[in-house]
Amino acid sequence: MTSPSDAAISAGIWSTPEAQASRRRRKRGDLVLQGLGIGAISLAVGLLGLLLVSLGYLGYRAFVQTMVTLDFPVSTERVDAANPAAGNYRLVIRDALVAQFPEVTSTGDLRDLNAILTNNAQFMVRDAVIADPSVIGGTIRLSLPASDQFDQLNKNNVPRDVPETQRRISDQQILWFDTLAERGAVSTPFNWGLIFNADSRFPELAGLAGAIVGTFYAILVCFLISFPVGIAAAIYLEEFAPRNRFTDIVEVNINNLAAVPSVVFGLLGLAVFLNFFGLPRSAPLVGGMVLALMTLPTMIIVTRAALKAVPPSIREAALGMGASKHQMILHHVLPLSMPGILTGTIIGLAHALGETAPLLLIGMNAFITSPPGGLLDASTTLPTQIFIWADSPERGFLARTAAGILVLLAFLVVMNALAIFLRQRLERRW
Amino acid sequence: MVNVIGSRTVNDSTKPTVSISVAAPQDAMPAAREPRIRTDKVNVWYGEKHALFDVTVDIPDRAVMAFIGPSGCGKSTFLRCINRMNDTIDSARVEGSITLDGKDIYDPDLDVVELRARVGMVFQKPNPFPKSIFENVAYGPRIHGLARHKTDVEAIVVSSLKKAGLFEEVKDRLDEPGTGLSGGQQQRLCIARTIAVSPDVILMDEPCSALDPIATARVEELIDELRENYTIIIVTHSMQQAARVSQRTSFFHLGVMVETGPTDQIFTNPKDKRTQDYITGRFG
Ligand SMILES: Nc1ncnc2c1ncn2[C@@H]1O[C@H](COP(=O)(O)OP(=O)(O)O)[C@@H](O)[C@H]1O
Ligand SMILES: [Mg+2]
Repeated sequence: MTSPSDAAISAGIWSTPEAQASRRRRKRGDLVLQGLGIGAISLAVGLLGLLLVSLGYLGYRAFVQTMVTLDFPVSTERVDAANPAAGNYRLVIRDALVAQFPEVTSTGDLRDLNAILTNNAQFMVRDAVIADPSVIGGTIRLSLPASDQFDQLNKNNVPRDVPETQRRISDQQILWFDTLAERGAVSTPFNWGLIFNADSRFPELAGLAGAIVGTFYAILVCFLISFPVGIAAAIYLEEFAPRNRFTDIVEVNINNLAAVPSVVFGLLGLAVFLNFFGLPRSAPLVGGMVLALMTLPTMIIVTRAALKAVPPSIREAALGMGASKHQMILHHVLPLSMPGILTGTIIGLAHALGETAPLLLIGMNAFITSPPGGLLDASTTLPTQIFIWADSPERGFLARTAAGILVLLAFLVVMNALAIFLRQRLERRW
Repeated sequence: MVNVIGSRTVNDSTKPTVSISVAAPQDAMPAAREPRIRTDKVNVWYGEKHALFDVTVDIPDRAVMAFIGPSGCGKSTFLRCINRMNDTIDSARVEGSITLDGKDIYDPDLDVVELRARVGMVFQKPNPFPKSIFENVAYGPRIHGLARHKTDVEAIVVSSLKKAGLFEEVKDRLDEPGTGLSGGQQQRLCIARTIAVSPDVILMDEPCSALDPIATARVEELIDELRENYTIIIVTHSMQQAARVSQRTSFFHLGVMVETGPTDQIFTNPKDKRTQDYITGRFG
């Protein structure tokens, strides 16, 4: 197309000093902007990494638990085969320990020796014997959690080289524990109790089961309320509401509600659900209702955005075919906006999942040692459980707090993955 | 074409209103028939803006009527009055009378859903539903209860796709998304979808403006075929298109219907100065 002279001229144009300078300037601009973006992302990723590393460092110890495995002699002297539940299991445990350390005889020493095992050891032995009464008269081999002090000792959280008076366990106790360890009686398996136990005063026994079940119920209630109500409200506002002053006021207020601090919803729940309607305190039902109040504005906003994003041409197509308004919405607009609504819903629920303040106000930070059996049973939730543990002085709760946060984060990751999965599934089905 | 006529007869018998010109010979001159749609002094406002002024036009049965005019002169607005799509615009207000087969379509007793089943619409940008080709066509018959059984739906889908000249191209992939077709195929799918509810009137708002010349030619051919069985109103900004496909033409200018007449007369011997200026390319 271009003759040689044209090419020469254009080459001249491209290589004038001004052109080169301006090109350099543009490239520098591009680089600076790109660099800023990379810097911002690195900062965010770095901080997140730091958080995860520090939580992991603190929390990994809570994912394993020091266990002591002993043979417990269940003599008929201590436990009556006719009524195993009434046996003297404190003495069964003492017998087992004395069998390991026959030299211990004084009451004080026996108490110190006993302190190696968790406080609830006697109930655990009892439950094992009741489950299998044939061991009465023989021995039963059980792995029981070590008490928090010895768990920490085993995890190297207790300084061994300081004077005895500066720690809560004596040199003698350390010696006993080390002897047990030498004999192969001490192990540190994965701490299933963290997930399957409910809360406890003793860190070595405390777990998240109650909090997980409570969270599940509360989020379920929150979803069952905020999802349908949010969609219905959004559809009305987006598709049916006349454009007038009243609609504007409603709209502005919904946007404002989304920005209200969540603790206010807790106060509302306290005043309305507990004090006025007399619903039980600490119940996941009430927690879910409070979270639903909090999530609803967000839900309405994301649903409206999703509805608005459906191209008008689809609405026209449906109406032009003689679809009535509800057919247009239910057959076309809503299915098309579902991926957006679901993503928004899951993000809203994830937000609710991590919410603590409003739940504290309705008493979901109670000390409850069994998972809730229903929506009206008192319970905690993951964030309030973390809050309780963070407040506890025992060393073992420090690691458990971090572990609890990691579990909460794992739930959030799972929910977000679910959001992405659902979104892609539905989008593939257009 | 036997198929087409067959299905028309069935559909007509299910309609409450008897079509006046059913008995008329297929090859009769358009003007010889009674007009299907009459409009009298139609005015439209969008809020404060007066967009259409006293439009009075008769639209012949089984013929193609073209609305031409410069952009923004109210062609779409007027077209959308005929199936009451303007009802969906909050600010729009329509006055005057429009009758279909003698029945006032703005009568409060009239159900707009039934009206739109009888007056189908094809839009400027092809807008198939993001569903399968089959579902696109089956949707109308389903919501209007035209087909009880699966086999009935299938029969309607196949015959509509055939009438829209699309069947051969898509018969092996009816369950693929309609949005995956080419622009021209999508527009013919939209026409098939409209035909599937066996309307009496088909409104087309610049149906070819988003299509390439070859796809445009196919759609124009299709319009010419459909004219035997449907009353068609087409809005176009292309005078050549109006000349090619229509029998009657109305020229709109600044919200006023300036002149209506047989297409060849409008193009060869316009009566109004503004029409003359427009078709000779002096504005627009
Ligand atoms: N939804 C609407 N709201 C307000 N004004 C509109 C709307 N639709 C069309 N109009 C106005 O009405 C006039 C006619 O528009 P339209 O019928 O779309 O013209 P055409 O189809 O001939 O190009 C234009 O001035 C346009 O700005
Ligand atoms: Mg237009």
